[in-house]
Amino acid sequence: MTKRQNRMLLVALLVFGVFSAGYLGIKAFNENLLYFYTPSDIANGKVPTGKSFRVGGLVEKGSVKRQDMTVSFVVTDNNESVEVKYEGILPDLFREGQGVVTSGSLTSKCSRNWFGRQCKYIFLATDVLAKHDENYMPPEVAAALKITAEKE
Amino acid sequence: MWKWIQRQSSPKIFYQTCTSLTPWFFWPFIGFLLVGLYWALIVSPADYQQGDGYRIIFIHVPSAILSMMVYAIMAIAGGIGLIWQIKMAEVVAKVSAPIGAAFTIIALVSGAVWGKPMWGAWWVWDARLTSELILLFLYLAYISLNNAFDNPRTAAKASSILAIVGLVNLPIIHYSVKWWNTLHQGYSVGTGGLKDPDMQIALALMFVASIFLYALLVAIKAKTEVLIREQNSRWVQDEVSGASL
Repeated sequence: MTKRQNRMLLVALLVFGVFSAGYLGIKAFNENLLYFYTPSDIANGKVPTGKSFRVGGLVEKGSVKRQDMTVSFVVTDNNESVEVKYEGILPDLFREGQGVVTSGSLTSKCSRNWFGRQCKYIFLATDVLAKHDENYMPPEVAAALKITAEKE
Repeated sequence: MWKWIQRQSSPKIFYQTCTSLTPWFFWPFIGFLLVGLYWALIVSPADYQQGDGYRIIFIHVPSAILSMMVYAIMAIAGGIGLIWQIKMAEVVAKVSAPIGAAFTIIALVSGAVWGKPMWGAWWVWDARLTSELILLFLYLAYISLNNAFDNPRTAAKASSILAIVGLVNLPIIHYSVKWWNTLHQGYSVGTGGLKDPDMQIALALMFVASIFLYALLVAIKAKTEVLIREQNSRWVQDEVSGASL
């Protein structure tokens, strides 16, 4: 083997080694790299208990209720949903049907009714960020797309 | 082919090639930049959600793509320098680093300026933003390692290995929005995220302008680097004394 081939092999081994290490590292830390959990994760008990975390999803249409400075809305992933309470200023892009990422902690509100004691989760948010999608278009195109979507 | 590469990689020929290419990079850069800015700021319509604020995409996305592309070029040039011992590949790798770092800073800052009004935060530690910040640190580490040696050949060897190790970050940046939940949105480029043809044209023009800017800066900076490296050779002394007349 010539010196050049030797060096080529060393560089190839370096690339291979680094990429395998990266792959294993990513596999190991996969959970920690999630920026937010989904409402389904809450329903399945995958969220950390006793400390704050983030929940992301879409703001359910018609769920935003304001009372003084407190706003409550439902975050859904079209599968499960969770009620969020927040006191503070919302970003401009916050609107129904849009994505949000909120951070805070989970509490449960229990009520007694005919069926016995029922509890549901309420997410007390300390921070609300708007998440927008990857689509950009003029208003006319957005309106046209909406009409086609409604026809289908 | 091999002969041609060897001829091109002699410092003198490389220097002359850079000199003759400079106007071919400069004028297209100016042209694409002006037409691109016109298309981005005037021809393109406003977005249905973000209004005019989305136009920062025309700076943000080309810089972000270039920040990764320049890193790949730097690592590949470094690898070529390691394997085939081509000095001019080392030069290209070395002068690319500050340019790539600048594109990374532009991408990060324009992203922060965009994030504050739209998301409600300058910065979040999601996977996309964090991996891009790591890219900046890789560039800075490369630059400082390269400057830590007196001998340019040793410096090139050590920093090229660092650049190749850092390559692993590029797919992480690219796929971060797909592999994990991030606040950063998914791909707009290549997925039809820009619904208006004028938006697509504006982004394409700004991207091509960025590539010409990179090529132009490499050509200018590589010339200086060659002059420093070859300062004891006859042709450099002729060149420099001729220029000062």
